[in-house]
Amino acid sequence: MLLIDISFYVFSTVILSSALLVVVSRNPVHSVLWLILMFLSCAGLFVLLGAEFVAMLLVIVYVGAVAVLFLFVVMMLDIDFGSLRSEFARYMPIAGLICIILLMELSLVFGVWQTAESAEQARAVITPDLSQVQNTAALGHVIYSKYIYLFQTAGLILLVAMIGAIVLTVRDRPNIKRQDVLSQIYRDPKEQLKIIDVESGKGL
Amino acid sequence: MEVLVLFSPLVGALFCGFGWRFLGESLACWVATSLLFLSAVLSWILFLKFDGNTQNIAILRWIESGTLSTNWAIRFDRLTAIMFIVITTVSSLVHLYSFGYMEHDENFGETESYKPRFFAYLSFFTFTMLALVSANNLVQMFFGWEGVGVASYLLIGFYFKKPSANAAAIKAFVVNRVGDFGFLLGIFGLYLLVDSINLNEIFQAIPEIANTKLTFLWREWNAANLIAILLFIGAMGKSAQLFLHVWLPDAMEGPTPVSALIHAATMVTAGVFLVCRMSPLMEYAPLAKNLIVYVGAATAFFAATVGLVQNDIKRVIAYSTCSQLGYMFVAAGLGAYSVAMFHLLTHAFFKAMLFLGAGSVIHAMHHEQDMRFYGGLRKKIPYTFWAMMIGTLAITGVGIPLTHFGFAGFFSKDAIIESAYGAGSNLSFWVLIIAAGFTSFYSWRLMFMTFFGKSRSNPETYSHARESPITMLIPLGILALGATFSGIVFLAPFFGDHQKVNQFFGISGPESHATLSNSTNHVTKIEGKVHNSSNEQAHYTIDSKGSKGIDVRHGQSTLGKGGLFFRNDNHVIENAHHVPKWVKISPFISMVLGFSLAWVFYIRDPELPRRLSVQQKYIYRFLLNKWYFDELYEFVFVRGVKALGKLLWVRGDGNMIDGTINGIALGIIPLFTRLASRVQSGFIFHYAFGMIIGILVIISWFAISGGSS
Amino acid sequence: MNGSSYNIFNSSNYFGWSETQGVLEVIQILLPEIVLAVFSMIVLLGAVYSRKNKTTSIVFWGTATTFLLVSIFIIFRGAAVYTAFGGAFIDDLFSRYLKVLILLSAAIILMLSQDFLKRNNLFKFEYPILMTLSVVGMMMMVSAGDLMSLYMGLELQSLSLYVLASFSRDSVRSTEAGLKYFVLGALSSGMLLYGSSLIYGYSGSTVFSEIFITASANEKSLGFVFGLVFITIGMAFKVSAVPFHMWTPDVYEGAPTPVTAFLATAPKVAAMGLFARVVHDAFGGAFNDWSQILILLSVLSMLFGSIAAIGQKDIKRLMAYSSISHMGFALMGLTSGGLEGVQSMLIYMAIYVMMNIGTFAFIISMEVDGKPVSEINSLQMYSKTNPGRSMALLILMFSLAGIPPLLGFFGKFYVLKAAITSELYLLATAGVIASVIGAFYYLRIIYYIYFGENPRALDQTHSLFNQTVLVISALAMVLGVVNLFGLEFVSEIAANALVN
Repeated sequence: MLLIDISFYVFSTVILSSALLVVVSRNPVHSVLWLILMFLSCAGLFVLLGAEFVAMLLVIVYVGAVAVLFLFVVMMLDIDFGSLRSEFARYMPIAGLICIILLMELSLVFGVWQTAESAEQARAVITPDLSQVQNTAALGHVIYSKYIYLFQTAGLILLVAMIGAIVLTVRDRPNIKRQDVLSQIYRDPKEQLKIIDVESGKGL
Repeated sequence: MEVLVLFSPLVGALFCGFGWRFLGESLACWVATSLLFLSAVLSWILFLKFDGNTQNIAILRWIESGTLSTNWAIRFDRLTAIMFIVITTVSSLVHLYSFGYMEHDENFGETESYKPRFFAYLSFFTFTMLALVSANNLVQMFFGWEGVGVASYLLIGFYFKKPSANAAAIKAFVVNRVGDFGFLLGIFGLYLLVDSINLNEIFQAIPEIANTKLTFLWREWNAANLIAILLFIGAMGKSAQLFLHVWLPDAMEGPTPVSALIHAATMVTAGVFLVCRMSPLMEYAPLAKNLIVYVGAATAFFAATVGLVQNDIKRVIAYSTCSQLGYMFVAAGLGAYSVAMFHLLTHAFFKAMLFLGAGSVIHAMHHEQDMRFYGGLRKKIPYTFWAMMIGTLAITGVGIPLTHFGFAGFFSKDAIIESAYGAGSNLSFWVLIIAAGFTSFYSWRLMFMTFFGKSRSNPETYSHARESPITMLIPLGILALGATFSGIVFLAPFFGDHQKVNQFFGISGPESHATLSNSTNHVTKIEGKVHNSSNEQAHYTIDSKGSKGIDVRHGQSTLGKGGLFFRNDNHVIENAHHVPKWVKISPFISMVLGFSLAWVFYIRDPELPRRLSVQQKYIYRFLLNKWYFDELYEFVFVRGVKALGKLLWVRGDGNMIDGTINGIALGIIPLFTRLASRVQSGFIFHYAFGMIIGILVIISWFAISGGSS
Repeated sequence: MNGSSYNIFNSSNYFGWSETQGVLEVIQILLPEIVLAVFSMIVLLGAVYSRKNKTTSIVFWGTATTFLLVSIFIIFRGAAVYTAFGGAFIDDLFSRYLKVLILLSAAIILMLSQDFLKRNNLFKFEYPILMTLSVVGMMMMVSAGDLMSLYMGLELQSLSLYVLASFSRDSVRSTEAGLKYFVLGALSSGMLLYGSSLIYGYSGSTVFSEIFITASANEKSLGFVFGLVFITIGMAFKVSAVPFHMWTPDVYEGAPTPVTAFLATAPKVAAMGLFARVVHDAFGGAFNDWSQILILLSVLSMLFGSIAAIGQKDIKRLMAYSSISHMGFALMGLTSGGLEGVQSMLIYMAIYVMMNIGTFAFIISMEVDGKPVSEINSLQMYSKTNPGRSMALLILMFSLAGIPPLLGFFGKFYVLKAAITSELYLLATAGVIASVIGAFYYLRIIYYIYFGENPRALDQTHSLFNQTVLVISALAMVLGVVNLFGLEFVSEIAANALVN
């Protein structure tokens, strides 16, 4: 138990501090790297919860794909972060004030926090017994039964994202030369090659 | 049929007013006129066939609001029937007359189209007037009441290019509003007491009302008296009785056919009609009846005196109208409602004719209205002269005393005077006798100045004076018949013996009346008063008092059954039949005196009036200026109200309301608008910032208030 | 159990999963949504493979027809209530009312768009497909019975709209509009999710019926209330209620006009429906909490929308502010609570959609020299060249301003009546003031049309369909006086389904 507690706090601290650093670091590349660290810590938290499948997803999808994509984009774009930062500084006082007020008010919620009597029980009900079933299988089961609706909707959302990306970026360029594999394959060498005797000194 | 009578003028008005562009001017006018003639013929048929039993003809559901439930319905009883024939006959004749009179009006240019408008107004007026008299509830009556007010306003101000006509129209409207306020209060009061505005239910509840006290103006009143007085105030306004009479003479600014229709024959008699219609209430309101008698008599006298010296031909007739209305009110106030209606009927004929005749004279004299520039017109316009002569004979009440021969006014006016004596009201009797003398004087003065003597107009006008076209003469002829014979024909039903009157007006037969008369038993009377209003109490009475209770109920239920209601102790008409001979002759004597005086003044010695006016300068001035009523009102009311109005307008309306609105509309709103577009900067982070601030405010609100808990 | 470790998930109460419905039954319940989703995918495949401009036109017509057919199908579904996925999806009369409204308005706007898109080189088959998917999202929104399905529907709808807003990808304004919409939408989604997590934490469930129990408790913890606030704010963004409206004018102005027309109609209906669904089904017991927020949002929206619209020179921007103000009125109905409140909101939304379709049918076809314009100035003296359309526009503007006896007046009348019944006198007063101020800018348009100074000729390129829609909509404003086309009755049973 002690180990689990300690790891929880370590991961949480890392998540919070790296999240802060994502926002405040000067170099955008650094920001993305901090983001990756945060994702990894989150994965750690999931492991602590026994949700190893989600943890792995986080590492593979977010760290492996999304964050790397971010890195590419950030590196390719030439954004003057200095000027953005001056804007940031301009609004800093009032933003900070609002931030503090919001934080205080939200902390009010935690001030009156109390755990419901049935909370433990309720949590236990929806958590499958680890000894009986694997995390991945359990997820798979609910996703394709109870949550098929939401799962399919998520699929539709991704479809929309895809259509959107295509419709907003892909252009028909009529003059471009494309590789046409079929026509390459079906080309008859006999027709393509012609041997002509060229008389010297005359040209074609 | 009743519905047709009521609505064909409205159809005519709509066709004529809105459809003349499609129908063409003259066709539109003819449509309106022929619809009115249809209405007139039908109403005569109705009148003659009518058996006296009250009918209620529901047309549509009108108002449903809480306990207020009202149909638009026609209450057709004898009173309505009389008013129907009066209104439709005079109105149709006036329509016809207007074809000639309004042919070429110099108040309007050649290209302007005014005739369809005029006819539409006339027809509209007729419709509202019919609605008024056919109402079976007070709100419907009020609709008609206000409708005729509007029509009157429109027609008085018909020559809207003349400032004086506009002023007169406004004056008429405003003065009428004063009366209407009383009328409205009366309606409210009745609704408060009876919880209904339907006449039938009100009439049933009247004995109860008479026993109710009501606090009004910091004083306890008998409810019946109070309401009767309030209603009478309304009647005073519409019928131009003293204190509220000031609009009527000015209303002569309107075209003459309008004066004949609205301001002589029909609308101004609405007040008399109201009092007669509410006769069950009046019978229980002795105080109000006395008031009506005094006001009526005062008006009859006052208007007659003013009429003596007026020079404008229409104004003379206007004051004469005012005076005659006073007569009617005296009769109504005395309890001789049928006599009041009698005079109303005959007066409608001869006064309409006098006006139309005057119109014919004015038409002939190129719209000159001052009698001092008339004279010697007898030869020029003979038909008009004879018509006017008949009218004058009728109004002055020429007839052979103690017999049944005479012109219309002879019967009806004498009936009023006799009733006054019969009711024991000596004061009003003498006042009316004197007023009758005055009436005779000014009527003959008018005749003499207009048709006799030498012409005082400029010779050119005189030589151009022509008899009016046939469309104007036919109505005169028909009305002359009415003015001559309506008295003889209708004497019995209106002023005959008790039974005839009752039968005519559909008041339940004599036996029930007799029962009630005989039941002088005090207990029974009280029981009757208590139980008639509700059935439960009636049952109680039947149980406890047996057959007597039923008798009483039967007697009381005559309330509102017929056109009129006479209480069993009301013997005015009977008494009037038994007055001494000298009383019956006295109006005749008074009339003859007036005639001779007029003859002396204007035929034998035309210089006499001028000398007299110089000699009695103050009296003359006093009369000429109509007892200085206008000046008094100007001083007391108009100025103060104007000052108050100006104050409210300039300070209240101009500075406060307009200032605030303008300030907001021109100052604050544009400021906000500018601010709003400044906020809309186009930067995403500003927008996000705005959202965050919104969240912050809402969250803070909930953090501080803790939500609903 | 059979010893199999998997069986545990099949037992009925392990996940609170009491679904006894078979697959076919579920498909039947979700048939409209499934049909539309499958339709969009098939069309996508077909259109991509055919790659011909001819097919695009067919896709447009086909989509509109499908919308119509589906809405007819929904109309004939009767009054039964179906739920699926443990209450995550609710198909009742309330949702059907809104779905029909959404489908019909989407179909009409799709057809209105055709002409504009063709002339501006935007006639692509993706447009109807995105619209279809967006409509699916909206239908999910109004049927949501669970915070998760709410969110998924919302995102499906929004994402399609983001893309549609920047559909004119060569126009800087259009892309900017899309981007703004996207970024701010993401922010609002964040709020919604944050609120949802709080609600889930405090009530232990994401299903509305479970949340309802917590919300009805006398003592609600502050965290729950905060969750409610955040969820409300997330939805307020979608209905563009002040102060979460900032995206509206820019997006309306920048987006291609047909997209603006779409934004102003169907999504608003869906978001309003969702709003009503959430506050009644999930937070019905916390009326005193959410009504406070809604009153604030309503007053601000009505007043701000009216005031800010005055300064606008662009008719699309003006319509944006107009819709903000109108949403304020609809929220007023919702705030009044109870059957009457919901009913008035439903009536208001239906009338609002009718008016906006008519108005946008005109705005879409505003052109000078073949280029779309949206300056109010270009309408100067339009009545001279085109009295008929000017008259139709006049009626619509009067109706938008709420002048009796046009239909728009009755919308306002019902919400004001609901507010007064609930004794929200100040709110009702603010509404009246706002509609007076609002009348100014509608009348200003009419002023330009009839009394403007320098006439500028708009092109006479109206397509027949747009004209017809304009005229029908204007006629509807007049004829609706008779019985509001039965709206009162229909909305009452719809509201009844939600409230009880």
